[in-house]
Amino acid sequence: MTTLTRGRTTAVKGSAVAVLKAEARLILREPASLFWVLAFPAILLGILGAIPSNREHDADLGGLRVVDLYVPVALLLAVIMAGLQAMPPVLTGYRERGILRRMSSTPVRPGSLIGAQIALHGAAIAVSALLALAVGRIVFDVALPRQLFGYLVALALVTLAALALGATISAVCRTTKITQAVGSAVFFPAMFASGVWLPVATMPDVLQRIVTLTPLGAAAQALDEAAAGEWPGWTHLGVTALWAVLLMAAARRWFKWE
Amino acid sequence: MAIIEVSGLHKAYADKKAVDGVSFDVEEGEIFGILGPNGAGKTTTVECVEGLRRPDGGSVRVAGYDPVADRDSVTRILGAQLQESELQPKITVSEALELYAACYPDPADWRALAERLGLTDKLRTRFAKLSGGQKQRLSIALALVGKPDIVVLDELTTGLDPRARRDTWQLIQDVRDSGVTVLLVTHFMEEAQRLCDRIALIDKGRITALDTPSGLIGRTAGSTEVSFAPSAPLEMQLLTDLPSVASVTRQDDRIVVSGTDETVHAVLSLLAGRGITAHQLRVTEATLDDAYLDLTGTNT
Repeated sequence: MTTLTRGRTTAVKGSAVAVLKAEARLILREPASLFWVLAFPAILLGILGAIPSNREHDADLGGLRVVDLYVPVALLLAVIMAGLQAMPPVLTGYRERGILRRMSSTPVRPGSLIGAQIALHGAAIAVSALLALAVGRIVFDVALPRQLFGYLVALALVTLAALALGATISAVCRTTKITQAVGSAVFFPAMFASGVWLPVATMPDVLQRIVTLTPLGAAAQALDEAAAGEWPGWTHLGVTALWAVLLMAAARRWFKWE
Repeated sequence: MAIIEVSGLHKAYADKKAVDGVSFDVEEGEIFGILGPNGAGKTTTVECVEGLRRPDGGSVRVAGYDPVADRDSVTRILGAQLQESELQPKITVSEALELYAACYPDPADWRALAERLGLTDKLRTRFAKLSGGQKQRLSIALALVGKPDIVVLDELTTGLDPRARRDTWQLIQDVRDSGVTVLLVTHFMEEAQRLCDRIALIDKGRITALDTPSGLIGRTAGSTEVSFAPSAPLEMQLLTDLPSVASVTRQDDRIVVSGTDETVHAVLSLLAGRGITAHQLRVTEATLDDAYLDLTGTNT
């Protein structure tokens, strides 16, 4: 039989790129997600910066302005929007509608769809972060992070942690509706922890200590430190990294393909 | 030679046995039908062939490969059209075809395939905006886009209008004529009778009959029915005593005799010998429908 002599077991050439391309097109067709992930953090920064008192140096903030503190918050907001709001319903929907199952019957594994979604949401976070940094630098004269590498490490870790949290939510929620509900329930505490209402640096001591045990709170601290020119504290990086690892393991463990 | 071999297949879900000892072989190049009532285990059986489910017992071989262990080999030669599976809501027809073509090492020309299935003017339409029939046709196209040696079609023409159904049947016959083996799950008798070389009837997780469509019909008790209004009174006993007669019933002034092909001749000879004329004589052949009802004892 001719079928027995066919080359096999190697991945089909170009299939991963084709999946990524198709999923990228689909993400570009979600204007609401694009707005909240890409535009909203920069817009929020713009609105806060437009208030004159937020542009005044404050001795209580170590000589910084409120708008300076909100640049890392804007970045974390992008991380939350992509990881907890935009992505989980997409992943659950792919399972619920049998899209993963359909892909399972081809030589391409369904994990490539999930992988593409995670990668693309990660890329969206990177673009949004650049946008927020640019708005801060160009419009409000916020200094770029002085410890740039440490800043990027912290951002990369919190991005991983949030995407893994999103994937875990999708793993444990059976339907898209439940996923959205759980996503929203996690969304508000996550925003609080990242300092959207009250920057973590300005939180009372006890609250700050609690918040820095969460991935977003720890990342907020790490970003602040790197912005100021120090290498981010290892505990902050460590907490974020630990969450990322645990959540990735949880998502892998519990994610069902159908 | 057999390209699909299923033997002693068992699969149970939490509360019930879905497939309970199913065995059959599908020969290369044939159209093999799996027919049966809802919940009979048809879909579970083909899902084990596709490698989407792991059997609890028994073995499945596709071109000699185990669909679970040799997933890579099987998915390359087997195209599947799944029941109730969707695509990304905002993916367009052409994007879906392009994506699925890219999943296979040596895909078919998806534009030609789209034309074949009457999807050319829908290429830019998103999946969510397609009608049920269009989704179904796209799903068939995706099953064929990898140039498979075997194609498994689950509820092929559900949701298609009669015209599209006939076109699809023609397509499947053409696909088979090009050397592809077809495994077809259906509950449409007409479809099974018209397309299939052989049919396995499945009921409650077991095969109750496996034969050619005409073989299945021939097994039915009373596969041929003769009915007429006799010109003079006729003793029913005389008919019942004829060899090959299965049953005789009277409906008003008509007599209905069911049996086999030979029954027709026997009844007419009897009448002729007694000088009785058979008015409004009708001979009806049993269909696969009758065979199905007879063999499964259920209604579709």
